[in-house]
Amino acid sequence: MSRLATKFAEFKQSGHKALIPFITAGDPNPEFTVPMMHAMVEAGADIIELGVPFSDPMADGPVIQRASERALEHKMSLRRTLEIVSEFRTNNQTTPVVLMGYANPVEAMGYESFALAAKNAGVDGVLTVDLPPEEAEECAALLNSYNIDQIFLLAPNSSTNRIKKMDSVGSGFLYYVSVKGITGAGNLDTSDVQRKLIDIRANTQLPVGIGFGIKDAETAKIIAGLGDAVVVGSALISKIEANLTAPEVAKQDIIELLKSMRFAMDNQD
Amino acid sequence: MTETTNSYNMPDERGHFGPYGGLFIAETLIPAVEELEAAYKKYMVDAEFLAELDKDLQHYVGRPSPLYHAERWSRELGGAQIYLKREDLNHTGAHKINNTIGQILLAKRMGKTRIIAETGAGQHGVATATVCARLGLECVVYMGAVDVARQIQNVYRMELLGARVVSVTSGSKTLKDALNEAIRDWVTNVDNTFYIIGTAAGPAPYPAMVRDFQSIIGREAKQQCLTQAGKLPDVLIACIGGGSNAIGLFHPFIDDADVKMIGVEAAGDGIESGRHSAPLCAGRPGVLHGNRTYLMADDDGEIIATHSISAGLDYPGVGPEHSWLKDIGRAQYVSITDKEALEGFYALTRMEGIIPALESSHALAYAMKLAPTMQSDEILIVNLSGRGDKDMQTIANHEGVQI
Ligand SMILES: Cc1ncc(COP(=O)(O)O)c(C=O)c1O
Repeated sequence: MSRLATKFAEFKQSGHKALIPFITAGDPNPEFTVPMMHAMVEAGADIIELGVPFSDPMADGPVIQRASERALEHKMSLRRTLEIVSEFRTNNQTTPVVLMGYANPVEAMGYESFALAAKNAGVDGVLTVDLPPEEAEECAALLNSYNIDQIFLLAPNSSTNRIKKMDSVGSGFLYYVSVKGITGAGNLDTSDVQRKLIDIRANTQLPVGIGFGIKDAETAKIIAGLGDAVVVGSALISKIEANLTAPEVAKQDIIELLKSMRFAMDNQD
Repeated sequence: MTETTNSYNMPDERGHFGPYGGLFIAETLIPAVEELEAAYKKYMVDAEFLAELDKDLQHYVGRPSPLYHAERWSRELGGAQIYLKREDLNHTGAHKINNTIGQILLAKRMGKTRIIAETGAGQHGVATATVCARLGLECVVYMGAVDVARQIQNVYRMELLGARVVSVTSGSKTLKDALNEAIRDWVTNVDNTFYIIGTAAGPAPYPAMVRDFQSIIGREAKQQCLTQAGKLPDVLIACIGGGSNAIGLFHPFIDDADVKMIGVEAAGDGIESGRHSAPLCAGRPGVLHGNRTYLMADDDGEIIATHSISAGLDYPGVGPEHSWLKDIGRAQYVSITDKEALEGFYALTRMEGIIPALESSHALAYAMKLAPTMQSDEILIVNLSGRGDKDMQTIANHEGVQI
């Protein structure tokens, strides 16, 4: 069983809901990322999603686009993102790390080299936004052979058939994108999410993480009542962007926000 | 002349041209492309749809476009007989409308009320705004801020036609960034929005669908050449941005093995300078904008900034079918610098009284090199994909003239 599957099995036993923060590797600078990852674990993160910067992040809103640009200015890359994961692993062997990015950096490295490098770095899951099951077969098989999960997305307009398909090709967890739109969208409707989850739950036993548009503790709490994991990204990266000259302040603000989400998620009425 | 029967049949069921093409998109767009795929399959064999398309192409676009024997220029160059496929004479001034006319008819049948498009030179944007005006549909066009500045007349044309032009300031502020922004819009408004992609690229079924709409160019050219010259051409030449005018000319000739096909990419300041837009000549396979194809990317897979004097060729990718035709050796791909393109531009203007688009000037410039090496009984067809009206400002700037 992969580290992700094992974790989610434990959480299911204890009724714990996973908190998954997302930051972009190398934003605002490469030295920031590893200490931030450790601090997020301290603040209650169960899994870390690490964005791999890409020049053309088509599924991302302005906040994560700019995070990518800042990281690329520091020559951050897929290779260097993997080095960051390795470094994180010297002090943490238990918190799963999921890479989130786009297909071309992986294509440039080659699927085989990438799968092996990800394994060696201690990566647990890979979510490639523009690699749906139609094109993911080769990559997913290689990753799975190293016990790494290929994470697939579901969207509000995904049909029942599509959910079934994801159930058969996916592993680790499924990531439900809670709005039609790009990251950082502001119009999350929790009752829509609730309705959609009924269809998803009926067609898969895989854990379901929910992300896009979750900005505060209150929303995190509601979403934790519906899914198995809550993903928060743009809200954290906004803190980095608001404190570009004072990364320590950004770090503190991120810790505060995560703690408030953790508390809210753990105290369901 | 060899006549083979139906040997070329691409793409496969899943939109692949060998390793190229495919469906590299976010999950939210899957239902949209599935719906489009179904409509495309249904209507491309629907007699009523095809009749409406034919009627619009004839009476609205002004087809067939002439195949013009450029006798004076051919004589001057002293080799092959050069024929120009006059897509510049289409309504709105380029081949782009062959595709927008087709896609808007699909959009209408699919009940979509909002149209989006990306544009580089502005020709596809104008062609989209035009068909939207005609059907009374909302139209939003994404255009890189750099291109807005260098093709300002086309921006004004789109606005006159009732479109909203969004100036894109992210990334390199050119065509690729306009595509990124259009894709973001599409993901957000997927229920009511139809994305009219302007070239033979993007996720399946766009590359094949755009090719099919543009293939009217090659079908007509073949007939016209047989009628006027009594034989098939020896060489076809077309410029390559995303590759739609080229594949439109090439595709009906693919099984005619003796007809050579040459695609001309933009070499900008020269391939060796690194400032160019020539992925087939100097790039490598990768994934961008929904398909796998040759791209300009660095060792880390990040997309490299491109350069060309012509906004319509200033793109780091290319339609996947060209990647396939390159790999199997059926078509050949070459490049022409900014400077050479300008020579082609002036030559046609002065020799034949036809002012070509800077994009098309790349194809003309290559014809100038090739024609003198050919026999005077050989035929070379150049796709004159558009007219140069939109480029007057760029040319005047180049000459240091105020207009
Ligand atoms: C006149 C003209 N020719 C060619 C192109 C390049 O596009 P494609 O390669 O798809 O034909 C453009 C694009 O804007 C254009 O305006």
